[in-house]
Amino acid sequence: MKLAVWTYEGPPHVGAMRVATAMKGVHYLLHAPQGDTYADLLFTMIERRGERPPVTYTTFQARDLGGDTADLFKDAARGAYERFLPQAMLVGASCTAELIQDDPGGLAKTLGLPIPVVPLELPSYQKKENWGASETFFQLVKRFAVKREGPAQGGAPRCNLLGPTALGFRHRDDVLEVTRLLGQLGFEVNVTAPLNATPADLARLGDADFNVVLYPEIAETAATWLEKNLGQPAIRTPPIGIGATRDFIAAVAALTGRDASALLHSMPSNQPWWSRSVDSTYLTGKRVFVFGDATHAIAAARIAREEMGFEVVGLGAYNREFAREVRAAAEHYGCPALITDDYLEVERTIADLQPELVLGTQMERHIAKRLNIACAVISAPAHVQDFPARYSPQMGFEGANVMFDTWVHPLVMGLEEHLLAMFRDDFEFNDHAGPSHLGHGGGKAVEPTVAVPPQAVTETVPATISWTSDAEAELIKIPFFVRGKARRNTEIFAERNGIFRIDVETIYDARSHFAR
Amino acid sequence: MTVLNLLARRAETAPAARPLPTEVLRQRGQREVFCGLTGIVWLHRKIQDAFFLVVGSRTCAHLIQSAAGVMVFAEPRFATAIMEERDLAGMADPNEELDRVVAQVLERRPDIRLLFLVGSCPSEVIKLDLSRAAARLSARHGPDLRVLNYSGSGIETTFTEGEDACLTAMVDLAPVETATAPHLVVVGSLPDIVEDQFRRLFSAMGLPRVDFFPPRRAADIPEIGPQTRFLLAQPFLGATSQKLEDRGAQPLRAPFPFGAEGTTAWLQAAADAFKISPAVFNSVVAPGRERAKRALARHRETLQGKSVFLFPDSQLEPSMARFLYEELDMRPIEVGTPYLNKELVSCEISRLPSGVVLSEGQDVDRQLDRCRAAKPDLTICGLGLANPLEREGLATKWSIELVFSPVHGFDQAGDLAGLFARPVTRHAMLGV
Ligand code: SF4
Ligand code: SF4
Repeated sequence: MKLAVWTYEGPPHVGAMRVATAMKGVHYLLHAPQGDTYADLLFTMIERRGERPPVTYTTFQARDLGGDTADLFKDAARGAYERFLPQAMLVGASCTAELIQDDPGGLAKTLGLPIPVVPLELPSYQKKENWGASETFFQLVKRFAVKREGPAQGGAPRCNLLGPTALGFRHRDDVLEVTRLLGQLGFEVNVTAPLNATPADLARLGDADFNVVLYPEIAETAATWLEKNLGQPAIRTPPIGIGATRDFIAAVAALTGRDASALLHSMPSNQPWWSRSVDSTYLTGKRVFVFGDATHAIAAARIAREEMGFEVVGLGAYNREFAREVRAAAEHYGCPALITDDYLEVERTIADLQPELVLGTQMERHIAKRLNIACAVISAPAHVQDFPARYSPQMGFEGANVMFDTWVHPLVMGLEEHLLAMFRDDFEFNDHAGPSHLGHGGGKAVEPTVAVPPQAVTETVPATISWTSDAEAELIKIPFFVRGKARRNTEIFAERNGIFRIDVETIYDARSHFAR
Repeated sequence: MTVLNLLARRAETAPAARPLPTEVLRQRGQREVFCGLTGIVWLHRKIQDAFFLVVGSRTCAHLIQSAAGVMVFAEPRFATAIMEERDLAGMADPNEELDRVVAQVLERRPDIRLLFLVGSCPSEVIKLDLSRAAARLSARHGPDLRVLNYSGSGIETTFTEGEDACLTAMVDLAPVETATAPHLVVVGSLPDIVEDQFRRLFSAMGLPRVDFFPPRRAADIPEIGPQTRFLLAQPFLGATSQKLEDRGAQPLRAPFPFGAEGTTAWLQAAADAFKISPAVFNSVVAPGRERAKRALARHRETLQGKSVFLFPDSQLEPSMARFLYEELDMRPIEVGTPYLNKELVSCEISRLPSGVVLSEGQDVDRQLDRCRAAKPDLTICGLGLANPLEREGLATKWSIELVFSPVHGFDQAGDLAGLFARPVTRHAMLGV
C-alpha cells in the first residue's frame, strides 16, 4: 500500500477515456461501479467539453456481485451500441471490475456486435493514467492502421501528428501550431490522432511518410510499432521552446532531405528579443524549480536556462517511465533530479530549495501558493484555468511567446521589484500590498500559513538556532518575496558558523557570504 | 453492523412507510452519481481532529481529489492507502501494510484524535476486514486515538450515503447518557456558521441543552440514550437515524430546514417536543422567518412559474423540490433521487403538486431523453452533466453545491434560492 494525498495521475482507465473522448466515432464500455463516473467531470468541467465523454459505465452494485455482473455488462454494451452507433468500441474494466474478473473482452465478443471491438487490459494496480492512454492508443493503432499499398502519392510529403488527447495540456493549440509549422516547411498533415480522429482515420495512418511524436508519454509506443510494422520513421523532438523548435525543424529537414534553412534563419517568435531586451535583465539567475511530466519538464528546464537566463535549481517528473531522460537533463543543468509521484516529497523539496519561481503542474501551484512563491503551470495535471479560451500553445514559435509571458507574469516585474524595495516602509507599499498582479491572493498578504508540515522546515535547521527580536525586525524589512530565502540562507550560514543566536550582524554577514 | 446489512435492513423497513401521493419511476441503467467516499470532502472539514484514510485504489484517490477540486487549500486531513499489485497478489500482508501506512499518517499528524478507515469497492471486493483493523489499531494507538471504520464504496453507497455510514459508525463512540431530562441532538454535518445560528435559536426558545452530531471535535460526541430527542438536518441519514433509535433515542420527524417554511417546520418539531409555548416559539422564530421570506421574495420574481428538473444526486432532491415549489413557485417536472427514503422525506413529497414524476435510481441516458423532451427552465444535475446540457441550451445548477455550501436555515434561505436563480438570470442576460 502506498500513502497518497494528491495524485498526479489518475488510474489507467482515465487514460483510456482521454483517448476515447478525444476521438470521434469511438465508444468506451467501462465495467465499473457508479462512483467511477466522477471521471466525466474532468472532461466536462475542467476541459469544459460540451459533450459527455463517450463512455458507458456498467455501474454494478454490491447486490450484483456474484450474480449477474456479466449480464449487466452485456446489456450495457448492447444498449450503448444501439444508442450511440459508434464505429468501434473499446471495452475494459476499472480497478474494481478487474478484481471480479468478468473478462469484458470475451463478453463483448459473444455479443457479435457489427463493429470492431477493441479489448483493453489496463492493470489498475500497477499502471497509471499516461500508461493507460498510451496503451489504448497503441491498441487502436495496431487494430486499425494498415500498410500503404504501392508507392507514395505525389505532392507534398505527409506526416501524422501523434499523441494529442482530451484533457491534454494545451494539446488543442499545439496541434494547430505544429500543423502550421509543418505547413511552412511544405508538409501536409495526413492524420492527427487521437484528437478528433475516427477509427477510419487511423486506418489511413499508413499513408504518411513519417510520424511526429508530439507527446512521447502517449504516442511513443504506437510510433515504435508503426516504425517497425509500417516502416514509418518518427520525429521525436517535441518542439517546446525556441531551441527545441529549431531542433525539431532540423530533424524534419534531415529526415526528409528538405531545405529548411529559410525558416531556421528567420525568427518568427518575439521571445528571443523579449528575453534580450534590458527590461528582462532582472530575470537573470532567478532560481526556478521545474516539475511536471518528463517531456514538459525537460523542455521547460531548457527554456528556463537557455532562453530566459534562469538558474534551474531542481528538475523533476512524476512519470518514472522517462526517469533516465530527466536525470540526464538535471545533470546537464547541475541540479538534483527528483523522480517521484509523491506530492509530499515535491512539497518538501520546494520548501527546502526556496526557489523564486516554480514551473509545475496544478499541484505545484498549490504548493507554491502556500509557500508564497510565484508559479506558472507547464504540464498536466492542470486545472480549469489552464484551459484558456484564447490560443495559447506551448509548442512552436508562438508557444515560446506564450511561455515567456506566462512565466514572467507571476514574477514581480523588474521595475516593480525595484520600487518595492525602495518604498518598503511606505504604509501603502509594504508587504501587505503585495505585487498587484499576483493573481488570487494578491493584495491580501498571504503569509504562508503553517501548511508546510513542521518537520519540513526544521529538518535542515537545528531547532537550537533562534533569532533576536532586532534580527526578526530587520528581516521584516526585506521584501516578502525574497524573505523566505533570506531567512533560510541566514540560518544555514549561522549553522555552518556555529552561531546559535542570529542578530542583525548575522543577517548581513550571511548576505555578504552568499553574495560571493 | 456493516453498511451492507444496513442497506438490506433499510429495504425491509421501507414498505412500512406512508403511501406516496405519486408513483415512483424506477429504471435500471447507468447511474451517474458519486460514491460515498465523496463525503470525506466535507466531513473532514467538519470534524477538525479527524483523519479519513481511504483504503482503496488510485481511482478512489483520484475521485476525492477531483471532487474536492478547488476547495482544499490547507493540508487535507484525508488520504488514500492505495492498494497495489503486491497487496492483491498476497505478496504483502494487507493488514501489516495498513498498520504501516497508519503509522505514517500519525507521524505526520500527531494531532489526530479520530481516525476513520474508509472502505472502498476494491477493499470490499477482496473482503479486507477493516473493522478488525480498526479494533487492532485502536488498541495499539489508544486511548488518545480512536479508530473507526465505515464503507464509502460505490458498490454500497451513493454520494451522501457516505456521511450516513460515517455517522453510523460514530454513534458507537457516543457516551452513555447521564442526562435525566430530554435533550436535543441535531444530526447531520452542518457548516459551523449554520450550527451557531441554530444553537442561538434553540437557546432563545429555552431548550436546556443542544448538541450537534457530528461534533467539531471528536471528544465532543454527544451522549445518546432514551432521553435523546434528535432532529435530522439532512434527509440522507436513514441508517444513522436507525442506529440512534437502537440506542433508545427518539426521532423528531419534520420537513428539512430549507427556506422559511422548511426551517420553521423543523424548528417547530423541536419546540413541540420540548413543550415550548407557541408565544415563545413565535417570538423567537419570527424575525429569522421574516428575513428569509424577504430574501426569497426577490428570487421568486426570477423563478416563479419556471419549470425545474432534478437529476438524482444527494437525496436532497425531494426537499429541494418542496422548497422550489412551495417557497419559490417553481414547477417541478421530475424529481430524481438516488434512493427514496420514504419514511424520512414523505412530509416533503406529500407537499409536492400532483403530476410530478418521482424517480428513484437512474438510467442516465433515458433520463436525459426525458429532460431534453421536457425542456425545463432549470435543470439541477451533477458536474458531469451540467456543461453538456448547457451546450444544448438548458440552464443548469450543479447539485454538488447543495452539500458544499451553507444552505440550511433562515439566514441561508436567500443564498439557497440564489443558487437556483443565478443560472436562470444568467441565461436571460447573456447575448452571446
Ligand atoms: S466507486 Fe468504488 S472504486 Fe470508484 S472511487 Fe468510489 S470507492 Fe473507489
Ligand atoms: S488554486 Fe488553481 S489549481 Fe488549485 S484548485 Fe484553485 S484553480 Fe485549481
